[in-house]
Amino acid sequence: MRTNFLMLHTITRIVSFIVISFSVYLFFAGHNAPGGGFIGGLMMAGALILLYVSFDLATIKKVLPFDYTFIIGLGLLIAILTGLNSMIFGDAFLTQYFDYYQIPFIGEVELTTALPFDLGIYLVVIAITLLIILTIAEDVS
Amino acid sequence: MAVLIPVFYFKFRKIHTGWFVLPLPLVLFIYLLTYIPAGGDPMNPVLNSVPWVPSLGIDFTVYLDGLSLLFSLLITGIGTLVVLYSIYYIANKNGEPLHNFYVYLLMFMGAMLGVVLSDNLIVLYVFWELTSLASSLLIAYWFHKEKSRYGALKSMLITVTGGFSMLAGFSFLYVLTGSFSIQEIIAAAGTISGEPLFITAMLLILVGAFTKSAQFPFHIWLPDAMEAPTPVSAYLHSATMVKAGLYLVARMTPVFGMLTEWFWILVIFGLTTLLWGSISAVRQTDLKGLLAFSTISQLGLIMSLLGMSSAAMHYGAAGSEALYTTAALAAVFHLINHATFKGSLFMVVGIIDHETGTRDIRKLGGLMTIMPVTFTVSLIGLASMAGLPPFNGFLSKEMFFTASLNVASMDILNLETLGFFIPVAAWTASVFTFVYCMIMFVRTFTGRFQPDNYEKHVHEAPAGLLVSPIILGGLVIVFGMFPNLLAYTIIEPTMQSILPGLLNGGEQFYVNIYHWHGINAEIMMTIGVVFAGAAITLNLKKWQQTFFFNRERDPLNAVYDSMLDNLVTGSQIVTRAQMTGRLRDYMVYMSVFISALGLWTFFRYDSFAVDLGAQTPVPVYMYIITAVLLISTLALPFVTHRITNIVLIGVVGFVIALLFVVFRAPDLALTQLLVETVVVVLFLLVYRHLPEIKKESVKGWSKAVNAIVAASVGVFVILAGLSVHAMRTASDITPISDFFIENSYTLAGGKNMVNVILVDFRGLDTLLEVLVLGIAALGVVTLVKHRMKGDEDV
Repeated sequence: MRTNFLMLHTITRIVSFIVISFSVYLFFAGHNAPGGGFIGGLMMAGALILLYVSFDLATIKKVLPFDYTFIIGLGLLIAILTGLNSMIFGDAFLTQYFDYYQIPFIGEVELTTALPFDLGIYLVVIAITLLIILTIAEDVS
Repeated sequence: MAVLIPVFYFKFRKIHTGWFVLPLPLVLFIYLLTYIPAGGDPMNPVLNSVPWVPSLGIDFTVYLDGLSLLFSLLITGIGTLVVLYSIYYIANKNGEPLHNFYVYLLMFMGAMLGVVLSDNLIVLYVFWELTSLASSLLIAYWFHKEKSRYGALKSMLITVTGGFSMLAGFSFLYVLTGSFSIQEIIAAAGTISGEPLFITAMLLILVGAFTKSAQFPFHIWLPDAMEAPTPVSAYLHSATMVKAGLYLVARMTPVFGMLTEWFWILVIFGLTTLLWGSISAVRQTDLKGLLAFSTISQLGLIMSLLGMSSAAMHYGAAGSEALYTTAALAAVFHLINHATFKGSLFMVVGIIDHETGTRDIRKLGGLMTIMPVTFTVSLIGLASMAGLPPFNGFLSKEMFFTASLNVASMDILNLETLGFFIPVAAWTASVFTFVYCMIMFVRTFTGRFQPDNYEKHVHEAPAGLLVSPIILGGLVIVFGMFPNLLAYTIIEPTMQSILPGLLNGGEQFYVNIYHWHGINAEIMMTIGVVFAGAAITLNLKKWQQTFFFNRERDPLNAVYDSMLDNLVTGSQIVTRAQMTGRLRDYMVYMSVFISALGLWTFFRYDSFAVDLGAQTPVPVYMYIITAVLLISTLALPFVTHRITNIVLIGVVGFVIALLFVVFRAPDLALTQLLVETVVVVLFLLVYRHLPEIKKESVKGWSKAVNAIVAASVGVFVILAGLSVHAMRTASDITPISDFFIENSYTLAGGKNMVNVILVDFRGLDTLLEVLVLGIAALGVVTLVKHRMKGDEDV
């Protein structure tokens, strides 16, 4: 008999998107308020895990066809390239820059090279968490 | 650049990948040529620096002087020819992983340039290991062959071990001088030469140089490295990589040259290698094996010459220097010559292999008429190697004799007694060099041609394959006829960098190379070599029946093989003893180490301090939180049900998160909460696999050990906490957090201190942590998906 988790699925759909947006917020807020790549990444991973748990593995795999091993590499590459960027300007590896810009309609925004570095961390954290959990999950089933 | 190779490889399948690689070394070569000093001016070193890890004094410093220039020209020049040659050598067939080949080759080229251009020892070390890695990958290029993998592993193990010892030597130099810069170390060499660490540093660095340059007894990897494609052997294993050790020795001569030990070690090891290599070469039946041992012996020759040139530093006086700097001159000149004639010979052997399908001199014969061009080039190369006029090998061999005679007549370093050994060894080795040149010549090109021995139709090589060896052979003649072309352009600046202390500003060494010195000891020695060599070659049949000649493999290989076996069994024993597979044992290892280290520090520096003053009042809810934490922790070991256990651990985690909130650390609290959530999911997944908790019957002493370990960890943590608290009030140390509070907004533009620390102040830490996490994740994947079935063992 096939059970239909209607309630669970409906709630998960809503909740996971709230959590995902919160994770993105945390990621951007990280520089000045609690948050950052690490926490944001974990939050995102949590949201995705919620999806995997309430639906089944195969369905979500169709929705999110990512190769997490590849994302780990991508994240590391982003972080390293950000670090190398400062060497072009003659500073040490991983020197971060920041400045303030006026962007129309949004107002003063701080742009910093720490952000892409953090993005790398964010991606790696998501991918690692999911990779480990999914590998074990697939092994069980 | 190397990143683009696979792109080219897949985009332009029809065209050979090599054509895309070719321009790079060529352009570099032409660019480097512009640095050659014109008109006999002294060369000014070029310095250019980019900081890398400034807090450790590690910078990418490019330092270009005569020595670096010579090596860079060799690397790019020979590199160009080798790439050109390889385009014709490795056919563009389907499934031939050409992109691998050229990526590795360019990786090697870049790394090798890095070695010779870097002024920073750590950067040099990194590039040094990269060349070892690239070399190993190239040896294993045809990785389906058992012997290729064996050779690759061997060269990797030996050169990396040497590199590691070299790193230790560099660290000692850093301890002594406080700098990783070669130039600064040279400047400080005089003041530190008395230190006991100085000789240790020298020995360690020499091990590195000897392993790389295949000096006795580390030479055994080179013959096995001949499994690589021939362009690789010509490039890495005769012209450039194996000379990295010579480079290092030449570079370090100003630092260590004043030591007597330096002179003796270099001369003795160099001459031993020279003799051993040339004698072993005689008994080879594989042409490449013969050339490998010949390379070993020539490297020994240059090594010993570098050792002799350090003797000049003991004199220093301007008057007598011309006599003793001959060795340095000969070393540099022979280095260039060796690159030209050995490069061309390797390519010729590659051609023979390519066109006939064999390199066994027992099968070859009579190729003189079939491959006339190949024959001419190899005749030139062999004559040069044997030291016959008018080729460049003759000139440097003459200088080698001069240098050895000069050294033998010196009145320093106890040379009166042992010195006669040096010219004798030099002469004997030259005789054998002549013999193996003759063998290669006679057995390959003369005699009767036997078509049955070959699998394919034998004919002359295509023009593309012949261009590179012809260019190199041409250089052999040009350098032989007009050696002074090189004198003040390359050789003299190089000598300046090897022996910098001997000149006052603006002075130059006197370099003049010519053929005819009149009837003197050196020319008599050469004539002797020719006659003795010819006599041995004619009687070779008798020699070959002796036991020594029947064994092709070097006896030292047995030592290596047994060491490798023992290493494997030894590590298996250690692993089995240590890796019990039980988490508890690993926890014990870690806890014992941490608490022992901490407690030892406390006793050593007598830093216990208890000061219960200056406490903030503790609110009531803190007592409650702490109580919950304590109760759930204490309850853990007594619960026998798995789910209760998991719940209790969860409680501990969430209470800790609550503590973080109370102490105003929102980032930590958030992280803790999220980690707890993920852990719950993990537990759900693995729950099925966990065994029931059983009452274990543990021995009494084991229980006692565990109790002691647990107690000591607890005691250590409490003591550390108390001492830190006391420290804060007792002494006025500024906490490190003050720095971050003050600077995180001004320096990094962020208001969230934790995040600023993570991404900016300690960015490298974060990067490496994430890297470790990534490796751990891949480890999990490997363990789960590719786990071994049954009773397999490593």
